Amino acid sequence: MAETHSLQDLRQAAVASKVFVQRDYTSGTICKFQTKFPAELESRIDKQQFEETIQTLNNLYADAEKLGGRSYLEGCLACLTAYTIFLCMETHYEKVLKKIAKYIQEQNEKIYAPLGLLLTDPIERGLRVVEITIFEDRSIGSR
Amino acid sequence: MKNCEYQQIDPRALRTSTTRTSTNKNVRVRRKWEVFPGKNRFYCDGRIMLARQCGVLPLTIGLIFITSGLFFTFDCPFLVHNLTVFIPVIGGVLFVFVVITLFQTSFIDPGILPRALPDEAADIEKQIDNSGSSTYRPPPRTKEILINDQVVKLKYCFTCKMFRPPRTSHCSLCDNCVERFDHHCPWVGNCVGKRNYRFFYAFIVSLSFLTSFIFGCVITHLTLRSQSVNGIIQAIKESPASVVELVICFFSIWSILGPSGFHTYLVASNLTTNEDIKGSWSSKRGEESGNPYTYNNIFTNCCVVLCGPMPPSLIDRRGFLPPDDAPQIVTSDTEHPHFVAKNGTNMCTQGTKELLESMAHSTVIQSTCAPGTPKTTPVPQESLLSTVSITVSPSSKSPSTGCSGRQARRPIDVPCSQRGNKQAALHTHKPMLRVSSPPYSLGHSPIILSDTPDMGFIPLN
Repeated sequence: MAETHSLQDLRQAAVASKVFVQRDYTSGTICKFQTKFPAELESRIDKQQFEETIQTLNNLYADAEKLGGRSYLEGCLACLTAYTIFLCMETHYEKVLKKIAKYIQEQNEKIYAPLGLLLTDPIERGLRVVEITIFEDRSIGSR
Repeated sequence: MKNCEYQQIDPRALRTSTTRTSTNKNVRVRRKWEVFPGKNRFYCDGRIMLARQCGVLPLTIGLIFITSGLFFTFDCPFLVHNLTVFIPVIGGVLFVFVVITLFQTSFIDPGILPRALPDEAADIEKQIDNSGSSTYRPPPRTKEILINDQVVKLKYCFTCKMFRPPRTSHCSLCDNCVERFDHHCPWVGNCVGKRNYRFFYAFIVSLSFLTSFIFGCVITHLTLRSQSVNGIIQAIKESPASVVELVICFFSIWSILGPSGFHTYLVASNLTTNEDIKGSWSSKRGEESGNPYTYNNIFTNCCVVLCGPMPPSLIDRRGFLPPDDAPQIVTSDTEHPHFVAKNGTNMCTQGTKELLESMAHSTVIQSTCAPGTPKTTPVPQESLLSTVSITVSPSSKSPSTGCSGRQARRPIDVPCSQRGNKQAALHTHKPMLRVSSPPYSLGHSPIILSDTPDMGFIPLN
């Protein structure tokens, strides 16, 4: 399969460097990443594409942390049941995190891996950074 | 056995030794909690976690169970007979609620931020050096950002090697950075932070109700009994357990109602104990409007703090460490070698995620082995001390509940805590800095701010 081939190529490639996209706290403590385009990626990827990825991630996180009827209902229900429903029910946040993981995998397979880049899911870095691994520029492509 | 290792290399011996080690490795796959760098204890294979110093949690549990047990055994039969069956029902519901919320406060991840991996830490260091001043002083490890038009300073945590997000503090007792850090509560044996604040609040509120309820019921019981046996002394002789309950509840109410009121105020203004004690927002102006996180509406603030979305645990305690060949010993270089070493192993069938995890966790193991030397780094402490000294004194915003007022005045009640208060002042003191001499004349016990334990303060005890 094309995707696994390109990922396998990545595994054999050496890591040239890593770029860390930090959090953007200007709107408070909600999870949001800076959309500023890192200089190291200029030669690798289109700025618009990168910003779109980060913006989509930000939107997904905003949806997870959204305050609204649904989250309040979940919270009140949890309080009434002495928070025991958290043991059996998956919270909205967790559902969105799964969506995010899938989105990142999809982005890696379709866009970033062919360019020799790899996005790391921020949840694996404690939601602090989006880590982008830049691999050495070899002829990476589907075989 | 040792001699074999120094013999001329025999391919057969080599093969058996490698297979032996590889089978040893395959047998034991470890979970991430086993290499967690903070001072925490894990039980049930990582499902339950506590601070290593679990404080007086056993005492809390003991007091709650004993008092409730005595209540149900000795007071309820009389009250059911003379009053109504709803008394043990209400008591039971409150008791269950208290116990569940206590366990949830104590046993879950309070919002710990995992430490920065070496690559990330190096990147941050590079950025700090680049933006450093040209003077000989070490560059200030703070970053200023604007949140809702309010300047907020982010401090660099030397232990976790990252700039702390806003409202995050490093707890010296647990040696972790905790998001939306409120305080470290010895009564629940855990930090109170973003993920368990709602449980903590529910716990103290329901505990207030429970102790008040038991207190009221015991008074009623003794009153009714003394009427029927002509004298309070006789009534007490017939039901000595009630006196025990009375004493415990009396002191508990005094100690719990205060924090309950205080935390209600904090919830309504979307503040943390840490921020309130340090006066992060109130010292500069006299108003509440300094807090950039408040929604300026009590109801909204309450909803957000108590009923907001439940954030996930960031530390992934039960995830598996890859069956790695990473060295258990500290090495100084951390950048690439581990990735290269993993090539061609059983990664073929694993996805990108596991690949990155293996890279990450081989470096995690190294970082865990490296001791937290930054604790002695002399970063300008004076400014923090002076901030503490200036900002704690004006306590205009403190709640006007009789017992607590400012938390810092609670030391007066500390001697009472030895007699078994369920929730004494101590829990409100725990998160604060250990300053060598309190610059304000508020109390006797040390104020422990766990914001910067790595700044080399002299602990009082």
